[in-house]
Amino acid sequence: MKRVGRVQKWVQFLPLYLMMLPGLAYLFINNYIPMAGIVVAFKKYNVNDGIFRSPWSGFENFEYLFSTSDAAVIIRNTLLYNVAFIIINMVIGVTLAIFITDVTNKGLQKLYQSSILLPYLISIVVVSYIVFALLSHENGMLNNSLLPLFGKEPVQWYLEEGPWPVILIVTNCWKGVGYGTLIYIAGIAGIDKAFYEAAELDGASKWQQITRITLPCLIPSIVTLLILHIGKIFYSDFGLFYQVPQNSGAIYNVTNTIDTYVYRALMAAGGIGRSAAAGIIQSVVGFVLVMVSNLVVRRISSENAIF
Amino acid sequence: MSNGRRAYQIVINIILILVALVMILPLVLLFMSSITDENILITNGYSFFPEKFSLYAYRYILQNYMTIFRAYGITILATLIGTTGSIVLVTMLAYPLSLKELPGKRFFNFYVLFTMLFNGGLVPSYIMWTNTFHIKNTIWAYIFPNLLLGAFNIILARTYFKSSIPEDIYEAAKIDGASYMKIYWKMVLPLGKPIIVTVGLFTGLHYWNDWTNGLYYINKSEMLSIQALLNRMILDIQALNANAGSASGTDVLAIPQVSIRMAISFVAVLPILVVFPFLQKYFASGIMLGAVKG
Repeated sequence: MKRVGRVQKWVQFLPLYLMMLPGLAYLFINNYIPMAGIVVAFKKYNVNDGIFRSPWSGFENFEYLFSTSDAAVIIRNTLLYNVAFIIINMVIGVTLAIFITDVTNKGLQKLYQSSILLPYLISIVVVSYIVFALLSHENGMLNNSLLPLFGKEPVQWYLEEGPWPVILIVTNCWKGVGYGTLIYIAGIAGIDKAFYEAAELDGASKWQQITRITLPCLIPSIVTLLILHIGKIFYSDFGLFYQVPQNSGAIYNVTNTIDTYVYRALMAAGGIGRSAAAGIIQSVVGFVLVMVSNLVVRRISSENAIF
Repeated sequence: MSNGRRAYQIVINIILILVALVMILPLVLLFMSSITDENILITNGYSFFPEKFSLYAYRYILQNYMTIFRAYGITILATLIGTTGSIVLVTMLAYPLSLKELPGKRFFNFYVLFTMLFNGGLVPSYIMWTNTFHIKNTIWAYIFPNLLLGAFNIILARTYFKSSIPEDIYEAAKIDGASYMKIYWKMVLPLGKPIIVTVGLFTGLHYWNDWTNGLYYINKSEMLSIQALLNRMILDIQALNANAGSASGTDVLAIPQVSIRMAISFVAVLPILVVFPFLQKYFASGIMLGAVKG
């Protein structure tokens, strides 16, 4: 009897498993097979033998990676840029969200909301062209129109390290701030209006309402986004760091991140080993960071944990 | 309205108008640059207020339409196939996962989630897609790697199916003898329309804007998508007529080196600018939906 029941149950669920099969198979190919492929970082890879039959090389690739200053530079850049992005996008995002929800004219409110979302939808290649229109040595707007206005000499933007941290932070904020802002707007919309009415009756100023009601109530949204970003702090937006500086070698020192390094090493002759080594460090540290940050959130407020 | 409040409204509106300008003006600059006369560009640089307008760059694009049209075609094809495929895969995977009674649900949920936590990185993926699946220089290079199905969308759809479609409906359908397939087709898909629109929109956007797959897997110029073509043009403007020369025979127009980049960029963002006003509320609600449960 029991056996029949089990078979029946299985037959009953079979269509569901079949439905899931294509998706599961795709994830297996696209995500799980490459995970096994990370052994390539411990191999002396050659194309003819493939990943699994190439000879082992132990930690040679890692030693090579760390024998140059590259490792320190790419890790420093990846971390520092991410910290700057997180802080700046959060401060500006929260501020804009508060302002936009406070706008009483609904038409304008919608317009503001749409305009900050627009850059988010534009491909980073096009963004890099816009930046180029501003910074190009010969034809850029800054060198041709703005700098002469202040009597300044033209700058070889794509050859000078100095301005790039600012350029990249501004570009990233321009493109990405709308995303966070919308999430904060949703967070503010969820705050009980009664709080504000009560505060108003008590004569609380706008500033007091923001610091005592809005910000504390936004903490869950802020924490969620923060965790998502901390988990990805070892990853960088490849397009931002590769496209926007136009892959200019003179400024690698301030634009090279783990992701751009992995790509450039992969494309360089004989670079596949150190590329894979940098990639595996990124994956492993990234994994640890996601786990730790999620653990921390679960301790603080379990409903904000991702899993 | 008290004076203080009115002052506050004025201040935030001024700030937000400035912010909106900062967001929009760079795109205006892109467009103005594309319709500026080439010689003016060379002497004065890119500017919002060109001294002389010219549609030369667009004329050049039209004359050498093969390159751009083919790139556009590849982008459209990849976006359509990829987005449709993604919606099918996401919903077919998310619906069973949203059911309480599915045996082995915990395992499958973890199987999906783990792809978000750990990945093999670019090198093993690159070797696999090129050496095992031979997708180099095919349309599949734009469709398969990474973009087709992501854990985030699966979790989003699963949560939506679980929380927004009342269980009673399923129960009633089951009592009527409807199979799981039938429930998926007749109820989950129609009732899950909001989440399908959201997933489709973001997947479509990613396909349209993706240039990395083109960078990794395409080196034949006639297989470049519009983003990959733009990417190639940054370093090598000649990528434009790599395959156009023979097609148009008596090539007359010289490449407008400075304005053509901006013109093609503008052509690449134009579809997004056109559909944005109609779809922006879906984008906004999609982002907010993702924030509720990441």
